[in-house]
Order: sequence, then structure tokens, then C-alpha cells
Amino acid sequence: MALLNKKKRPDPEIPGSSLADIAFLLLIFFLVTTTINVDTGIGLTLPPIPDENIDPPPIKERNLLNILVNAQGLVLLDETPSSITEVKQKVKDFITNCEPGNPCVEDLSEGPTDAIISIKTDRQTPYNIYVNMLDEVIGAYNELRDEKARALYGVPFKALEETSQEYQAIAKDVYPKKISIAEPDEGNS
Amino acid sequence: MAHFKKKSANTKQDVPTSAMPDVVFMLLIFFMVTTVLREVELKVQIDYTQAENIEKIEQKRLVSYIYIGPERLGPTEVGESKVQIDDAIVDDINAIRTIMYDKLMEQPRLIVSLRVDRDSEFGLITDVTQELRHAGTLRINYSTKREI
Repeated sequence: MALLNKKKRPDPEIPGSSLADIAFLLLIFFLVTTTINVDTGIGLTLPPIPDENIDPPPIKERNLLNILVNAQGLVLLDETPSSITEVKQKVKDFITNCEPGNPCVEDLSEGPTDAIISIKTDRQTPYNIYVNMLDEVIGAYNELRDEKARALYGVPFKALEETSQEYQAIAKDVYPKKISIAEPDEGNS
Repeated sequence: MAHFKKKSANTKQDVPTSAMPDVVFMLLIFFMVTTVLREVELKVQIDYTQAENIEKIEQKRLVSYIYIGPERLGPTEVGESKVQIDDAIVDDINAIRTIMYDKLMEQPRLIVSLRVDRDSEFGLITDVTQELRHAGTLRINYSTKREI
């Protein structure tokens, strides 16, 4: 066989110089389309639908802090009107009543583990007022838990792992978050 | 006066660019991974409210959204407050129960994120939460922005 094709061919190569340009193009596309949004919000666990055959457990009136946000966006704490900014302190007073070191006030709760915050709204309640109020209540709990964590373990509550024993001890046994959403009124809208 | 010899650096002045494609690829991969391409098309207008004591939802897989706000009719007009789940507006409030129940069956640790317009009335949200209670999806989250 004759070796005719002995001519030197150029090396087969893919041109790689435009690779960076292509990558840039894609990069810009993804840069533009990306939305890095973090989901933040106020977490809450709804109570399950009550069983009709079982009566709700009896709760002493003094252990219940009724918060009513009415249609005008006014906040009533146990029937007394108050501003949103006062809610946090009043909730804290209510929860920590009868704790060791605190005096026992007659109308307030029998201690943090018994205290229940009951929230009631009207149908016309503005949503942002409700969220602000809920924010204050959660804030009261967070501050109390934080103080406790610093006193007991010397770290802020946020630094504790959610699965750790310390977290559970504070969240469950010291300041359990008992927020009750009152059953809505039927009909009268 | 003595002549000073002009000093010139012997090093090259160019920035090495051979690693640039690698850097670009790295960025590209980062953005490709973080991009969520399909955002739900909002049919209701939502202006978030703000709060201080908020928590982050770390596991996005668990989240299902319910949007509540005035319906978008045109570029500027808005109508009645409506509830939107996924891509569709739910007119029948009682249908939420079955929709959310099905979602709960698929993802037992479901968190429902309520994205509500700040000027909504609470009655509608009460209705929705009642439906959620019937469906058994009890973990909810009122979506808010961080207060600055």
C-alpha cells in the first residue's frame, strides 16, 4: 500500500478561547434571574380542632391573659385598653408573676408554666396590628428565655441548639410558650 | 550631577488571566445552584408587614405558601381580597381543606407560610387558619419582613 497521505495535518483542537465568554454569558443570565430570598416570619402552631366529646380542661381565670385586638386596631389586655408598645412589658409581668423573687400579684398568673396568653381578634382587625401584637408577645417570651439562658448557662438563648437539653429545658419547663388562639365568633361579622 | 539609572521592574505587568474561566465557572455553578427558576406568578398583591421577633425557615422543602391579598386586576387596580395557593386563586374557602390535606399527605412535616398583605382584614385569615386546622396542617408561619 502506498503511503500517500503523509502530509502533516494540523492538530485537531477545539478552540477554547471563547469558553470564558460563554461562561460569562451564562453567569450573567443566572445572576439576573437569581432571587436570594430568605423566608422569615413569625412561627406559630395552631391548636388542633377540639374534640366535641371532650370538654376543654378547666383553666383558672387568673392564669389567662386575654388579649383582644378589635376592629379599630385597639388592643385590650384583660379588658383594659393599652398601646401596642406596652404589651411586651405587661406580658412579661404576667408570665413572671409568682416566680421566685417576684411578688405574687392577685390577678396575674400563678407562674410561668401556668400562664396562658389568649389572643382574640375581630373579623375586621387589621392584619398588621395583629402581627405587631403577636410580635410583642413572642418578643416577651424571647426576652425571658434569653435572660434565663444567660443566667443558667451564660449564653444567649439563640446560641443554644434546638435539639440540646438546655434549649428543651428552657423552652419546655421554664417558659413554655402557651399562646392560645381563641375560637372565632360564629356569624357576626 | 550623577546620572541615576532608571529602575525598571523585571517582572511582567500583566494580570494572569488563565484562571479566569475557572473563576467564572465557579461563580456560574454557584448561581445555577441557588437559582430558583420557577417562582409562582402572583395573582394577588402583597405588601409584607414587618416584625422584630422573627425566625428563619431553614428547610424550604417543607414550606408551602398561601398568598392572601387584594386581587390584581390591572397594572394599578386591585380588587377584593383573595386567597391564592400555588398558581390559582381559590374562591371557595372550604376547598383549602382538601388542598392542604393532600399536601400534608405528601409532606408530613409541612409548614404553611401565610403571605398576607398588611392591610388585609383578619376575618379572611381566620377562615383560612380554621381550614388549616381542619386539614391538620398546624405549623404555620406569618411571613414578615425584618423590622429595620
